Amino acid sequence: MPDVQVRKKLTAVEEIYHEGGRVSSTPLRRAAALAVIHNPFAGSYVEDIASFMDDLKPLGLEMSRSLVAALGGNAKAVEGYGKGAIVGAAGELEHGALWHVPGGYAMRDILGGAKAIVASTKKVGGPGVRLDVPITHINASYVRSHFDSMEVGLADAPRSDEILLALVMTTGPRIHARVGGLKASDIKGEDGLR
Amino acid sequence: MNAPTTASSKTKIRKIATFVEETNIEMGRPINPPTRRAAAVAVIENPCAGKYVEDLSELMAIGEELGELLTLRAVAALGIAATKVESYGKAAAVGENGELEHAAAILHPKLGAPVRRVLGKGVALIPSSKKRGGLGVALDIPLGHKDAAFVRSHFDGMEVRLNDAPRANEIMVAVAVTDSGRPLARVGGLAKDQIKGEDGLR
Repeated sequence: MPDVQVRKKLTAVEEIYHEGGRVSSTPLRRAAALAVIHNPFAGSYVEDIASFMDDLKPLGLEMSRSLVAALGGNAKAVEGYGKGAIVGAAGELEHGALWHVPGGYAMRDILGGAKAIVASTKKVGGPGVRLDVPITHINASYVRSHFDSMEVGLADAPRSDEILLALVMTTGPRIHARVGGLKASDIKGEDGLR
Repeated sequence: MNAPTTASSKTKIRKIATFVEETNIEMGRPINPPTRRAAAVAVIENPCAGKYVEDLSELMAIGEELGELLTLRAVAALGIAATKVESYGKAAAVGENGELEHAAAILHPKLGAPVRRVLGKGVALIPSSKKRGGLGVALDIPLGHKDAAFVRSHFDGMEVRLNDAPRANEIMVAVAVTDSGRPLARVGGLAKDQIKGEDGLR
């Protein structure tokens, strides 16, 4: 069972007051936690990789907690989330898929059983590549005001034998959301969709 | 979270971002304690965009406000006492309708004093960089020891960027602070335990 070796971490927080419209009294906050880990499967095809998902669980929980802390410490303030991975050149896209379970379920645990599937994206790329992590409402994927994304990346990662793992949380709708659709106030909260 | 500016403030902030980087392993070697650094970035309206303005004192006043705000934010993000900060740097990127001199007006005349006030000391020059660029431009904030510019272990840089800034009429302003030098510094020069801390150089 390979250890998870973290080379570096990044926490990024954005606080958005306006985007050309009225200045909001409650700014939208977005936070991203990034961890750059060694890819134990880099350089060759490995058939059995799934057990690494269990190894990643503690890191997922740690990153989720750090996001709640970065957003002020109250898990109830979190309304949107997303996740992503960038696999270095000596790895394969499937290695990024290892993050779905430990990253997603960690956030849902920390947020008290969020119902919606965690929006995600992944790709293979070199150091400095940027990833647009998609964001949706934590309890109902169709809430249109909370569709968002956050661009993340690090100048020196991922190296070819690394994976950059990302989790993102937000505190509300887009700053000037006004294109209709399901409202957060109308969520039924049964199926994770509406 | 307090509003970042008061009604009397000259600074119109669209967004503020903070970044905290922690290096735990470098070239396979554990870094313990990890090296940590933080940057705070404000995206502001450029009141001088789109025209030649001779007197840039409005931007200088904005620089003074941002010096305090961004240093407080960066230190808070790093989560250490302000007096424990070891190195610092500043940078600005002006959107396409602005002038490089606008970045200079924000960074150089008045931004440094409040940075030093927050940190308690800081006799060394605050290293800086500036550029004009479009949305998503990378800003490389140079870093140097706050009390002795010649401390070689602390020469460094931190890259920050925001995909949606600076817009044409905006300026991105950044302050970075650290609790350490490079992860595996070993190229000699003045060491931090040799600092006299009088002239800002050694």
